[in-house]
Amino acid sequence: MSDFLQSLSATAELLAGANPHLWPIVRLSVEVSGSATVLAAALALPLAAWLALTPFRGRDVVVAGLNSLMGLPSVVVGLVVYLLLSRAGPLGSLGILFSPPAMVIAQTVLVMPLITALARQTLEDALAEYGPYLASLNAGKAATIRTLLFESRFSLSTALLAGFGRAAAEVGAVLIVGGNIDGVTRVMTTAIALETSKGDLPLALALGLLLVLMVLVVNLAAHGVRAYAAHRHG
Amino acid sequence: MHSIPEPLLAERFAEFDAVTLRRGEVTVLDTLSLMLPLSRRTVILGANGAGKTTLLQLVQGLAQPTTGRIRCVSGGGADPAVRLAYVFQKPVMLRRSAQANVEHALAVAGVPVHRRAEAAGAALARLGLGYAAHRPARRLSGGEQQRVALARALALGPHSLLLDEPTASLDPGAAAAIERELLALAGDGIGLVMATHDLAMARRLASHLVFMHRGQVLESGPADQCFRSPRHETLRRFLAGQWLD
Repeated sequence: MSDFLQSLSATAELLAGANPHLWPIVRLSVEVSGSATVLAAALALPLAAWLALTPFRGRDVVVAGLNSLMGLPSVVVGLVVYLLLSRAGPLGSLGILFSPPAMVIAQTVLVMPLITALARQTLEDALAEYGPYLASLNAGKAATIRTLLFESRFSLSTALLAGFGRAAAEVGAVLIVGGNIDGVTRVMTTAIALETSKGDLPLALALGLLLVLMVLVVNLAAHGVRAYAAHRHG
Repeated sequence: MHSIPEPLLAERFAEFDAVTLRRGEVTVLDTLSLMLPLSRRTVILGANGAGKTTLLQLVQGLAQPTTGRIRCVSGGGADPAVRLAYVFQKPVMLRRSAQANVEHALAVAGVPVHRRAEAAGAALARLGLGYAAHRPARRLSGGEQQRVALARALALGPHSLLLDEPTASLDPGAAAAIERELLALAGDGIGLVMATHDLAMARRLASHLVFMHRGQVLESGPADQCFRSPRHETLRRFLAGQWLD
């Protein structure tokens, strides 16, 4: 117990700014997961819109497959991206393994199914609500998609925040493709894993605390968006 | 060869030519041929499930016939330039202001951006909604939302409005207000085609009556004549408030 208390006080010192290694790690975490979320959204939203609006044979199978990809184990994603980016892999010539771009790619793959699945459901609900009206206006496919995306803006931003939360909290993928190199690819989750195994509990705990705080803020933001939407638009 | 009588030349109709619509096993409309007046105050009357909404949807193109053809005609020939606007029973409000709702419809219709604000403002003012223009549409009352829906339809400059039970989900006060607006619009030369099961409303608003029962049009003619001396037994029973079988 005294270990834990000792760690806590050390944590407070760390957060107060005594350790110069702390904040670059936090910044890299936010940058990598943020970029991955934006990139995943750029791919997921058009795909979700297409899935929501296009009836085709075997659509149910595709949707079910996509939904099950939401639970993709991050270590497996890391392994696959590692194989793709490793020197002998098909994308080995890029030479980006063990760099932040590789981590962004891995997390993009990881959260894209989640954002796609949430966005598809959201857009399908919006289509059920607005489809007949838009059809009565003779709206084309582009106008329909634009309208549905805008009408779903609150739910979609919640989906993006969920994606960011999953990306920021995962450790398996970034550890494998990033390599946890100090000052280069070390993010909060990989640092926690390392510091814990080294026995440097204060740093691990400080980072853990910050990570929980970050996830909390993201969830509060999502909640705030929902509350605002409900208050303003019913 | 005799010419078409003068008043008919200006009139617009939706011409149903042997239209059948099946949904799965159910035949919603059965080889229907009808000249549906678009320039009058046409009320499509009938019980729930009679096929009224389907008839309106076919005119607007929201539903497609299984066989047969529907087209707009005027002066005896096909007239593809007839502009129609559709108003749903439950107003469909976008998550934005009343003004932005109207502007969105104008944008979809291809109205250039610099003309939208003024046109939307004018349409809302015409329905007495100037005070609500910048409020979130979905926070307005049911009656106000339906008036926004009317303004939105009007802004498109339609020859006729197609209205599916426009007052059915409103309280009596709001419903009366909508009816007054509709009569005013008809006075301005906009044709109305309304589906309703509300006999009292039909009596108040209709100049032309189309009576439907089980996917068939049993009677279509001048409203006063239909109400005074219904030719079909089922309409007679409906007017008397009796059960239909």
